Amino acid sequence: MADEIEPANLSLTNVTFDLEYAPALESKSIVSIDKEYGLFIGGKFVEPKDGKKFVTVSPSTEEKLSQISSASAADVDRAVKAARKAHTEIWGRMSGRDRAKYLFRIARQLQERAREFAVLESIDGGKPIRESRDVDVPLAAAHFFYHAGWADKLEYAFPDRRIAPKGVVGQIIPWNFPLLMLAWKIAPALATGNTVVLKPAETTPLTALLFAQLLQDVDLPPGVVNIVTGAGATGSALVEHKDVDKLAFTGSTSVGKQIQRSAAARGLPLTLELGGKAAHIVFEDAALDQAVEGVINGIYFNQGHVCCAGSRLLVQESIADSFIDRLKNRMSTLRVGDPLDKNTDVGAINSSEQLGRITALVEAGVAEGAEIYQPSCALPAKGYWFRPTIFTNVQQSHRIAREEIFGPVLSVLTFRTPEEAVAKANDTQYGLSAGIWTEKGSKILWMADQLDAGVIWANTFNQFDPASPFGGYKESGFGREGGLQGLSAYVSLSSPRGAS
Amino acid sequence: MVTLPRRAGRLEEVSTEVVTPAASAVFAPRSRSGVALRVTPVDEVGLEARARTFTTRSIKTTSKRAAINLAISCIDLTTLEGMDTPGKVAALCRKAVRPDPANPGLPSVAAVCVYPQMVPAAVLHTTGTGVHVASVAGAFPSGQSSMAVRVADIEQAVADGADEIDIVISRGAFLSGDYRYVFNEIEAQKVACGPAHLKVILETGELGSYDQIRKASMLAMAAGADFIKTSTGKVAQNSSMPVALCMAEAIRDYADQTGEIVGLKVAGGIRTAKQAWHYLVLIAETLGTQWLTPDLFRIGASSLLNDLLLQIQKLDTGRYSGPNYVSVD
Amino acid sequence: MAARLDVQKTYKLFIGGAFPRSESGRTFALLARNGSLIANVAQASRKDLRDAVVAARSAQPGWAARTAYNRGQILYRVAEVMESRRGEFAEDLNRCGVPIASARKEVERAIDRWVWYAGWCDKFHHLAGTVNSVAGPYFNFTMPEPTGVVGIVAPESPGLLGLVSRLAPALVSGNTAVVLTGEASPLTAVSLAEVVATSDVPGGVVNILTGATKEMLPWLLGHRDVNAVDLTGAPNLEAATVAEAAENVKRLIRGEPDDQSPYVIADFCEMKTVWHPVGR
Repeated sequence: MADEIEPANLSLTNVTFDLEYAPALESKSIVSIDKEYGLFIGGKFVEPKDGKKFVTVSPSTEEKLSQISSASAADVDRAVKAARKAHTEIWGRMSGRDRAKYLFRIARQLQERAREFAVLESIDGGKPIRESRDVDVPLAAAHFFYHAGWADKLEYAFPDRRIAPKGVVGQIIPWNFPLLMLAWKIAPALATGNTVVLKPAETTPLTALLFAQLLQDVDLPPGVVNIVTGAGATGSALVEHKDVDKLAFTGSTSVGKQIQRSAAARGLPLTLELGGKAAHIVFEDAALDQAVEGVINGIYFNQGHVCCAGSRLLVQESIADSFIDRLKNRMSTLRVGDPLDKNTDVGAINSSEQLGRITALVEAGVAEGAEIYQPSCALPAKGYWFRPTIFTNVQQSHRIAREEIFGPVLSVLTFRTPEEAVAKANDTQYGLSAGIWTEKGSKILWMADQLDAGVIWANTFNQFDPASPFGGYKESGFGREGGLQGLSAYVSLSSPRGAS
Repeated sequence: MVTLPRRAGRLEEVSTEVVTPAASAVFAPRSRSGVALRVTPVDEVGLEARARTFTTRSIKTTSKRAAINLAISCIDLTTLEGMDTPGKVAALCRKAVRPDPANPGLPSVAAVCVYPQMVPAAVLHTTGTGVHVASVAGAFPSGQSSMAVRVADIEQAVADGADEIDIVISRGAFLSGDYRYVFNEIEAQKVACGPAHLKVILETGELGSYDQIRKASMLAMAAGADFIKTSTGKVAQNSSMPVALCMAEAIRDYADQTGEIVGLKVAGGIRTAKQAWHYLVLIAETLGTQWLTPDLFRIGASSLLNDLLLQIQKLDTGRYSGPNYVSVD
Repeated sequence: MAARLDVQKTYKLFIGGAFPRSESGRTFALLARNGSLIANVAQASRKDLRDAVVAARSAQPGWAARTAYNRGQILYRVAEVMESRRGEFAEDLNRCGVPIASARKEVERAIDRWVWYAGWCDKFHHLAGTVNSVAGPYFNFTMPEPTGVVGIVAPESPGLLGLVSRLAPALVSGNTAVVLTGEASPLTAVSLAEVVATSDVPGGVVNILTGATKEMLPWLLGHRDVNAVDLTGAPNLEAATVAEAAENVKRLIRGEPDDQSPYVIADFCEMKTVWHPVGR
């Protein structure tokens, strides 16, 4: 009986599982990148007047992807004129119902071509395909879907007001969420009847240009959206243009201040979404394993290239050591590498310039006496990479506790009481976001009230939704994007009774 | 069989140690070494979100083969039916030892898992193979019998040759807050096991929340469980990724706080290879690869094994296979 | 018997609940159309502005922390006290050139405006705040919060009603204010300060600086501890002056001198959004 049976293969039962997941690459064949791109003005791709081009590279391979047009002031002027014409002749007069239908079309096409946009976003910007596929592109489509529904309901958003679009809006977006920021800007502007001139970031223009092709496919009237690629000079030309009725900018606080100086001097309506140095506060009574996830997601999501990143961890002193151990453990499971690998958690740094900035601040942290920890993960030979990093023994006065690093670098500080946590959290010029982890409901509400930040995540972090307004206090900017509150930036409101 | 450290903890009514608010004063288990165990609260949404990320890990080619081999070697191949017979058990044992006769390179499963009455048949067909015999016991699956009956049930199964015993906790006592009762019953059944390993089923589908699952996990470990196990497979809600994650985090916490190592068994509803390697990823990224051995991780399943074999055939031949190419036992 | 000799009022600044003279010692002569002296009015300096901002900042958390019900009662109290001094306000306006019938009307409207805004304190959240239906297991809401310390340039005209129309909505949500009054009608501004001082409004919540608006504005716009400036009363400013606001990304508010709307309350607010998971 038993002796008829061959012995079991016991030698195999104690083999340790190899966690080195084999490469699982998303196929690139779904995208085709043109050798060069023109500017999208008046519904067509046109060459820049002076013929100037610049190269966009893939930050994960340093491969040259395409030649992009650099818009001069004359090109920006062409774009503004096209937008003005479209506003006067078509879009400004169109019924809300029809504007809505165009926005629904855009949302649907984004959904249909989602994988193509996601792969292109990861190639051009370096972010992991898991994020572009699961976060950026679905959220971008959701923003168009959400705002489409507003286009014919504005009288319910602003009761007792006469509502008019601003006209031609100039919009400048950053490189960290290229398509998503485009959606945050364009969707509310179009829903409220404005026409747009948008400048994408110079390192990540490709999804905006693919989006322009999508606009041709949905037959959006020419000139309603114009996309001018280029660097800072192109942005300045748009900011300074005399026939723009409103400006919206997402980017660094220093550039935001320059734009505000220019816009304020002309009394031009402006919204700004600027930098941050968010405090992520963990109390000893928190759901600690979920808090670890929140902190990890808060700082390593999108390589830390997130204005609302939880870059300052404030952990209650009583649990600081064990919590930091948990964080370090969790960091060791993060996979840094090829953005197109479905198993990659942390992708490439967006540009060599940004890598330089991160490196300089991290060196400053070490020099100031903070203690650095990085897991020992292998990095690809080519491309721009930075290991997930934690600084402990950080003091409130250290540069790494005050300046926005915009990279995968977490500074850990401790606190003893809720009052101290609030005082430290608010001790910054920024006020974009904050995180709170505690199981005590009344403490959450007290903290949420006390923190100077436009977005408070309690027992979660880095959640975004088109229905949820996003924007900062203090030097993190003004105005909101998303939700009912986000619409007001794109309309002029007046009393229906006239001046009384 | 690897010998795991034996534990005997104690449960105190009131602890003077600092514990988190969720660990109420009436629930303050201590490990054998007297450490007051902290029970960390669990946020459902965050836990489930983290559990989903494991399912997005993509496992291909060489990783996939390693994952399938490991999954096979961690299976408790199970039959728990009223209609089980020695014949059925014989077939199960054959499959357990040599899952695919056409592919002798494959590992055997970790154990066969049967009712106490079937233990002699299982022992007969596995002796000398290295495949363990696990018996559910202690008035499985309800646990609703007197302690004397439950202890006798276990002692008989062990006497018949079972070297692993799967019991269930009294959910009624746990839910009514009688943690001392639950602690004592686990401890008594641990004694009844003698040299056999004890797997304690929490029946998570009946506990109502992840906080309760985490609390029950700590209680079972403190009371002497060698493994904690999700489910009997006999109620509507079986194992799930969030449940397994919740228990794995408790195991890690327990190890951090006491230095004592406890295993995890997931059971019920795990039918596909894909599900199996989601669990492997969960274990690897939560507890570490040192937990990825049959000594510390088990999957209680029956039809899963055939799906794993079909996947292996696909890897070997490059063609999708079908159910006619594996044995139905 | 000889006619009784008037007791003339000294028009001073209002800072932190007190009525100091300007630290600079300056006054300016407010003249009637016929050239006769109406009063010597304190002319605030940038150091007075600095002190006013400090007073407003220290009063702000306490004012915002009061219940909306309590703020509403206090703003209503302002209207009550003003009502009992209707004649004086009308006379002040009249002395500054407003025909008496219009002056009386303006005073009544200004008092009614306080009443109107007082009633909003515990209601405007209903309109400005939202519960947001996000696509996930989260409870998500947005609520207005005061911006903090706001500077208000009072409109030149209507002198009293314009000031009240900008100041009252700023106070509703819990801001504290530093007001630069128009040079044409400082009298009612100082009388309003006296009303505020006797209406249970905590010291520092309202600060009123009379004098050269043009001289003070660059300092107000450049002040790093001022969160917002209402420029309704200063429509035509030099570009370089307004650009100063970018120093701390200051909110600039531009509205109507005689608007009455909950949208104006929201103009002086920040929007805070809070997320929390919904689970067991």
